[in-house]
Amino acid sequence: MSKQRKTHVSTTVNGEPCEFLCEPTQVLSDVLRNNLNLTGTKEGCNTGDCGACSVMLDGALVCACLVLAVEVQDRDIETIEGVAKEGKLHPIQQKLLEHAALQCGICTPGVVIASKALLEKNPDPSESEVRYWLAGNLCRCTGYDKIIRAVLDAGAVMRGE
Amino acid sequence: MPSVHYEAPTSLAQAAQFLQGNSNVKILAGGTDLLVQMKLGIRQPALIVDIKHIPELMEFTLGDQGLHLGAAVSGAIVNDHADVRRIYPGFVEALGLIGSSQVQGRCSAGGNLCNASPAADSVPALMVNRAMCNIIGPSGTRTVAVENFNTGPGKNCLARGEILVSIDIPLPAPRSSDAYLRFIPRTEMDIAVAGAAVAIRLDATGVCTAARVAIGAVAPTALLVPAAAAALVGSKLDDAALSKAAAAASAASSPISDKRGTAEYRKKVVGVLVRRAAIIAKARIEAQV
Repeated sequence: MSKQRKTHVSTTVNGEPCEFLCEPTQVLSDVLRNNLNLTGTKEGCNTGDCGACSVMLDGALVCACLVLAVEVQDRDIETIEGVAKEGKLHPIQQKLLEHAALQCGICTPGVVIASKALLEKNPDPSESEVRYWLAGNLCRCTGYDKIIRAVLDAGAVMRGE
Repeated sequence: MPSVHYEAPTSLAQAAQFLQGNSNVKILAGGTDLLVQMKLGIRQPALIVDIKHIPELMEFTLGDQGLHLGAAVSGAIVNDHADVRRIYPGFVEALGLIGSSQVQGRCSAGGNLCNASPAADSVPALMVNRAMCNIIGPSGTRTVAVENFNTGPGKNCLARGEILVSIDIPLPAPRSSDAYLRFIPRTEMDIAVAGAAVAIRLDATGVCTAARVAIGAVAPTALLVPAAAAALVGSKLDDAALSKAAAAASAASSPISDKRGTAEYRKKVVGVLVRRAAIIAKARIEAQV
């Protein structure tokens, strides 16, 4: 690859102002992991099929592997590192643990980000709605039943039930 | 990915300069096709022009004239609009079938159209809703009916320097509705083996007075099928009319055999989808208050 001038990007990650230099071809997942050392966002397929790199971009759920890092100038990014507040797990994280809904853990950060986005939009989803919403989050070890139950359970906690 | 230059113009005039000044340029909307194609080495643009900072590309209004949809507005934004879902249920369900929730956060109807996949889910639904494409380019603006936009697999009618700015979808007449169905071997996250969109209008006695039928993934582009629509008009969508419409859709198709299905299978199933989509559209009209 030819040498080219890097682009300076200022953005907000998990509420904190943040700056980095990147190549125009670098995707956001790459910059989060390798420039900003936020390795909670996982890299799976790198083509937008597996959901392991799910992050929130200005409130929209996206795959960070399908966002160019240069696109995030003046945007607001939320990653898995920003989900637990003051050392306290988010209900989704807590319920994934209680349901033993993870094994290798590679899909888990993406599942947490995507489930949180769903429950914030639709606080009381049906099982079917959860399954369709998470269809883009592939898990190759646990299977999906425990994940779905954990998300439904987390919804109940968030509704105060 | 080989090196590439990135620009994010904030006006159509700025974008036009970038597009006309470079022969190897690609427009970036949501990137859910382009970035994958670049990673796979299928496309290697020297310049990427991000159009999401141009106000006209992000307009999203529902008014007396219908839906005005900037070409880069994401599927998630459309899907979250309750009135748009209610008025264009078939279009919204088709757009919502593209990729995952994550892909929906970025993909757009305009991008789905410009990418020109024969299997693009939202395109047949745009066709039955009489969508018009607003294009701007070096020689001014022009408007193209969506059924004339794509010219072949991966090919559209945009000339060098032209941008699809927005899509206008007129309001449906009273007692009208639409539906889109596709067949995939899974329940989610797949590409259509065949797809069908139907929009119909019924009079007070349930007789169909207007219809549009479009099919996807069974020809080089999505295709309007006037003969299938004609089979529905004047009927109460009885079995004979539905069978005639299904046969017309199958006859109009010219599918290929590939890993997703054989040509024979696609020809058969696209007719079944037309029949079922028509029944859903009818049920939606009957459910209107």
